[in-house]
Amino acid sequence: MRLLTHNMLSCNIKGVTNGFPLRLEAEKWVEKEVELNADFLRHIFPKIEWKALAGAARAVDYCELPEEADAAMLDSEDFLRRFHHALLEIHVEEGALVCPETGRGFPITKGIPNMLLHEDEV
Amino acid sequence: MKVSRTAQIRLVSCHPEVYEPCDDSFALVDALLADREHLIEHRPSLCMELGCGSGYVISSLAIMLGELGCGVHYFATDINPDAAQVTRETLEAHGLHAEVISTDIASGLRKRLAGMIDVVVVNPPYVPTPEEEVGCKGIAASWAGGENGRTVIDRIFPVADELLSEKGWLYMVTLTANNPTQVCRMMKEKGYASRIIVQRSTEEESLHVIKFWRDGVIANSAEGSDSWLSQFPFKSFWRSSGTSA
Repeated sequence: MRLLTHNMLSCNIKGVTNGFPLRLEAEKWVEKEVELNADFLRHIFPKIEWKALAGAARAVDYCELPEEADAAMLDSEDFLRRFHHALLEIHVEEGALVCPETGRGFPITKGIPNMLLHEDEV
Repeated sequence: MKVSRTAQIRLVSCHPEVYEPCDDSFALVDALLADREHLIEHRPSLCMELGCGSGYVISSLAIMLGELGCGVHYFATDINPDAAQVTRETLEAHGLHAEVISTDIASGLRKRLAGMIDVVVVNPPYVPTPEEEVGCKGIAASWAGGENGRTVIDRIFPVADELLSEKGWLYMVTLTANNPTQVCRMMKEKGYASRIIVQRSTEEESLHVIKFWRDGVIANSAEGSDSWLSQFPFKSFWRSSGTSA
């Protein structure tokens, strides 16, 4: 699971109103090099919740993202490189995503987050 | 040519509870191939498969759009965690990547991905079955479609509508029993135009792959797709690639 996906996932339990961002508890992660595509980064940037990304990046020991970001920063190659790395090159293999409202944990196993709900949560 | 690799997708991983590619999967990939040039022109940023099963379809799509390089990213979901795992293995075996998530349709993703997906592909559980079989654990979830095979299909449309970007396209497999004409009419009321990209009758069923797009937005559906289809006989490749199934 890339941090891109973390940024797109919210707690889906019925009745939860404050289910984003899920707290990332990473036990194992790997880094895989991906070719940088500036067009994609510029396209996706407005959709990214920056604080959630920066927080998730810290959970995998990547602390090179600024606390805040705005579109003007996309002109900086250095910024793009860090954004790219955090968003696409770090894969969480094992761990959990924890709902900020209920504390319910969603396991990440072999890189796949499991968002399936129990019957009483739907 | 890169496309020919689609024909080489191998069943590298299998599981007794995961649906193996069959006529419906092949029809969907053939439809995507038939529309491939338009998909390339479409330049999607995010593509998503709902119900990815073995991973055959999302892998094929990723190969087909390979020339767009690293500007395209893929999501794939399945309600069956075994299927999600098999999809990951299929992708990895082909040097591809999609973000795979175990979830019901796009639960947990709908809110944040709303309006962001440029291509949604679905081979839904469309087989008419008793209602209580719908969404069962394991492989039954891949086919059990409830009354007229429409129970899950009718849940998917509002989700797809939410996920699709303004220019987004949806490709879905349906069976005659699902009443595709009525499906298209229903989608028309939601503002979608539609077109049958592939129509295929097998011994057991008559399949349609329908493409939907927001009315008023250019769709560029391919005409005369036969040349692609005849070049890439997927079935034989897949079947001969070494499983006992």
